[in-house]
Amino acid sequence: METLIGIISYSVFFATIASILAIAVLGLNLQWGNTGLFNGGVAAFFGAGAYATILLGGTPQPDHWGGLELFYPFALIGGALFSGLLATVVGLLTLKLRHDYLAITTFGVAVAFESFVRNTNSLTGGALGLRGFERPLEGLINDPFIYNISFFIFVIFLLILIFKFLEKLISSPFGRLLRAIRQDETAAESLGKNPAKVRLTSFVVGSVIMGLAGGLYASFYAYISPQDVVPTLTFQIWAMLIVGGAGNNRGAIAGAFIIWAAWTFSGWILTSVAPVEAQLYTGTIQYILIGIIIVGMLLWKPQGLLQEKLLVSQSSKDQ
Amino acid sequence: MIQGLLDGILFGSILSLGAIGLTMIMHTLRFANFSHAELLSLGAYVALVFDKVFSVVSPTLDNTIGSLSLTLSLVLAFPLALIITGLSAMLIDKFIFKRIREKGEELSMVFASFGVALIIRNLIGLIFGLKTQLFSDDIVMAVIISLDPLIMVKPDQIMVLGVTLVIMLILHLILTRTTFGFALRAVAENPSLAEVSGIKLSNIVALTWLIGGSLAAAAGIFYGLTNHVNPIVGKDLVLPIFAATIVGGIGSIYGAVLGGFIVGIAGNMALLILPSGYSPAVPFLIIMCVLLIRPNGLFGEGRE
Repeated sequence: METLIGIISYSVFFATIASILAIAVLGLNLQWGNTGLFNGGVAAFFGAGAYATILLGGTPQPDHWGGLELFYPFALIGGALFSGLLATVVGLLTLKLRHDYLAITTFGVAVAFESFVRNTNSLTGGALGLRGFERPLEGLINDPFIYNISFFIFVIFLLILIFKFLEKLISSPFGRLLRAIRQDETAAESLGKNPAKVRLTSFVVGSVIMGLAGGLYASFYAYISPQDVVPTLTFQIWAMLIVGGAGNNRGAIAGAFIIWAAWTFSGWILTSVAPVEAQLYTGTIQYILIGIIIVGMLLWKPQGLLQEKLLVSQSSKDQ
Repeated sequence: MIQGLLDGILFGSILSLGAIGLTMIMHTLRFANFSHAELLSLGAYVALVFDKVFSVVSPTLDNTIGSLSLTLSLVLAFPLALIITGLSAMLIDKFIFKRIREKGEELSMVFASFGVALIIRNLIGLIFGLKTQLFSDDIVMAVIISLDPLIMVKPDQIMVLGVTLVIMLILHLILTRTTFGFALRAVAENPSLAEVSGIKLSNIVALTWLIGGSLAAAAGIFYGLTNHVNPIVGKDLVLPIFAATIVGGIGSIYGAVLGGFIVGIAGNMALLILPSGYSPAVPFLIIMCVLLIRPNGLFGEGRE
């Protein structure tokens, strides 16, 4: 019985993190898969949501600002919106330029964000990170096992909600517009559409979703530190999308679970089997694997495991 | 203040060398190559290996030259590191970027470069260890130029600046005086037109990688000589080098040179007002300023 509960509680823990990451992958899929926007700074948008959620919903701390003790849903939404605000600023400056600029600037945001949270002790707690967050309803549910299951159900609920929303969005006229702009911007423009505005909308909405994932991540651990938002998180999220299949929301979720399982499993194997001297290199080896997965998928299976479905949102007699 | 300016010029010259290669690739192949800075790191490690090999083979080569920390064995290792790094860049293109390019997705290239960067950086860490290494353990005394205000320069820094300027001059002559230079500029301006004019595109692309990779190696060795060598050199330098190309305007070689100096100097000057922990963010702030004031950089062209 003990081992059974152990296995269940570990599985719940694993699935919670994988589902949270899946939400971030869905946000990236809207940007890259559906609109063709290269976001090289996923970690910053994820992190913006995470930090803002804790600052808004946490309890007051003596050594830094924040701790506004907002009602949890407001803190979570506030975190997501803050990430959207960051995306608006970056998007307004770069989305009219060559696509490389977006890639470089978003990458820059992630680097700058990490150095900001690492050094601005009075706001972000610096390298120690932010604590003093009370998880929602933790006072009511005393048993950590039950609590984690409840939290997992909450995350799954949000994952399904966002999945449904995005499926609706991409089969709506707006989704068709996104694909039109991705395929041929000039043609879309000649039809009176405003590509810069549409791309900005998609970029901001995608970032809000990533911010939400960050907020959930931080509230699950009741803690966030610069370690959680290093730019390499961006690579992990990207690998999930590319493995699952860019443009396909089901693929994005599957990719998140596959890569997170591979990541956790390889980490476990390396730390339990490898000699002690080699354990120092666990992360190094894992990142080589991620790199090989990214490059290998692009070389041999660029469409991912699940391909983008071609949506026909027009009635057939028009064709 | 003046000390910051001097250090900035020196660091800027290293960034320029890195940015020249990056801007050439970004212009010819039209993708932001996030793995370029890893070539700096690779070059530095290759030089480190040959430096050790030469000094073991012939201990007399291990003596420093004049008041520099430079040894004869490193001088011999230098051209080898340039060639090997340049060839590696060509091979990476041949086996990875070229094959993805042929599938036609422009942005997949950017993404692939993320993957390549991860692989190179972590392979270097795995092979050479994660610890920081130095070309020479000797402590080189800085020469005091002025006491008030205190200004110090290391002989190595002067040497690096001099060699960098010579390399840039050679590159300038190649671009303006040789057939290859003309062909390269023709390809950068209009690849299809260049091709109908009888320029073999694939050769030019390969040569661009060779030159870009070699310059990156030189930059990496100079960085190692004046700072240190570790596997995350590429990670630390990728953003400043991108900032240099954006300041100069993507595709402009002379812009990249100037951009490197501007980013180097601005980065050092910013430390006068910002705590040093924020220094990784400075290139990003520079990029944002450029995008606000002059989106296509100093010498850049508009979006095509």
